[in-house]
Amino acid sequence: MHGLINRAIQCFLRDTYGAELWADVARAAQVERGGFEAMLSYPDALTDKVLAVAAERVGVPRVMMLEDMGTYLVSDPGLEALRRLLRFGGETFLEFLYSLDDLPERTRLAVPDLHLPDLELAEDGVGAFVLQCRGGWPGLAFVLQGMLRAMADDYGALALIDTAEGGEAGATLSIRLLDARFHAGKSFSLAARGQ
Amino acid sequence: MIPIPDSGPGTAAIGLGGAALDRLMPMHLWLGPDGRVRHAGPTLTRLAGGAVQGLPFGAVMTLRRPHPAPDLGALLQLEGASLKLVLTGVPDLPLKGVVVALPEGAGALVDLSLGISLIEAVGRFDLTLRDFAPTDLAVELLYLTEAKAAVADELKRLALRLNGARASAEAEAATDTLTGLANRRGLDATLARMVRDRSPFALMHVDLDHFKAVNDTHGHAAGDAVLRQVAVVLRSQSRGRDLVARIGGDEFVIVFDEMVDPAQLRQIARRLITRLERPILVGDVPCRISASIGITLSTRHDPPDPDRLLQEADVALYESKRRGRARATLVSDRLLAVNPPVLPAAGA
Repeated sequence: MHGLINRAIQCFLRDTYGAELWADVARAAQVERGGFEAMLSYPDALTDKVLAVAAERVGVPRVMMLEDMGTYLVSDPGLEALRRLLRFGGETFLEFLYSLDDLPERTRLAVPDLHLPDLELAEDGVGAFVLQCRGGWPGLAFVLQGMLRAMADDYGALALIDTAEGGEAGATLSIRLLDARFHAGKSFSLAARGQ
Repeated sequence: MIPIPDSGPGTAAIGLGGAALDRLMPMHLWLGPDGRVRHAGPTLTRLAGGAVQGLPFGAVMTLRRPHPAPDLGALLQLEGASLKLVLTGVPDLPLKGVVVALPEGAGALVDLSLGISLIEAVGRFDLTLRDFAPTDLAVELLYLTEAKAAVADELKRLALRLNGARASAEAEAATDTLTGLANRRGLDATLARMVRDRSPFALMHVDLDHFKAVNDTHGHAAGDAVLRQVAVVLRSQSRGRDLVARIGGDEFVIVFDEMVDPAQLRQIARRLITRLERPILVGDVPCRISASIGITLSTRHDPPDPDRLLQEADVALYESKRRGRARATLVSDRLLAVNPPVLPAAGA
């Protein structure tokens, strides 16, 4: 598993449940001292072990924890860089949804060895979509679910996002866009900070 | 409406209005037959700071490459070429462009792009996704710039962490854990560097007297406490640029950087012995030790050899012991003639 994902899990656990819990989880799962490095790779089994230990210690189902992590990745002020990269996907939440097909390819442009599941968005009636996630690490579909919720909020859209089905082969997320302009959303400028 | 020609015979021209051109090319200039601007794309208008309709091309833009064009005719001579130009009002923002002639002398169409100025322009003019044609790669370029910057930041952080780990591992490997002084490895590295730098130095080999008695009488914990206090004394009698190392149980070496005056070194050695002979309190128990010292100078040889110098200092140290301890001896040719140093075999 790519270090960026492991590092995201580490930061999420530390910022959400405290440094002590992370230290406890890291010890139990035998993460090397100093934690994960974002630019190195680790065995998948280690990632699964960290999540299993964390879910047990916190007492939250693993799937729910992954969803919370997705929300955290978009909405935590310390991770503004990731929110900005996602906002390059489009001017509105609808455009952003249409950009999801390209997300794995965009990600590879930035980090060639970071592989995301293949994503395919299909319309399913007025304002309704299904997003197929195939391949890659199965947990990412749930992270994505949390991220989509947070992105809808970021754009000021009102949307319902659910997991229709999940399995080893992949997961399907259902998205219902109820109001694209529910509130003002967060501001986004193409210019990076400090320019 | 601009009739767009096609050079092939029998093909129809397509007519496009200003609104369509705005959408396709938000940074275009449509010039009339008189060389004046008839219409400007919305993003270009924004960069220019206001409407430019009716102004001559030369008043709006300054063509820099391949060469200036004073009028429409000269501009059309450059049809199809890669143009480098700036807005006259924004001379520090280089733009790229291309010009094509409109049919039947109806003027020209100039399309512009920010090129490499994109990142600067986005910040200066607060451009949004709407300011670019959906087909423009500008947004992808901005995305990549930010993504790569984030990745580079992470790599830099990783490099800093690894470098810190390397530095502390190196320091740990060259440090005696009991006293915090350098160890034999640290001493070897320093001597090698000083020989390489050709800086003169004195080497002082300090061996404690009566230390075994402290260990035997008061135990190893007391012995360790005494060694730590000895380290404090040795440090206090040397300068920051000198190196103090513990190279064995009760053996120390001090390397005095750029100090090779025998009288001065003898004085330092005497002061060291006096200080070390003061009783060292471990708990309530006063422990008494002394020290024997051997001294040699790097200037005795050219080039100096660290192993040979350590051997010489050792010979001088044993002369101090032989003559009754608690004294210092500076090595001499006469002394070495009587007690030739035994150099270790090569590779040993």
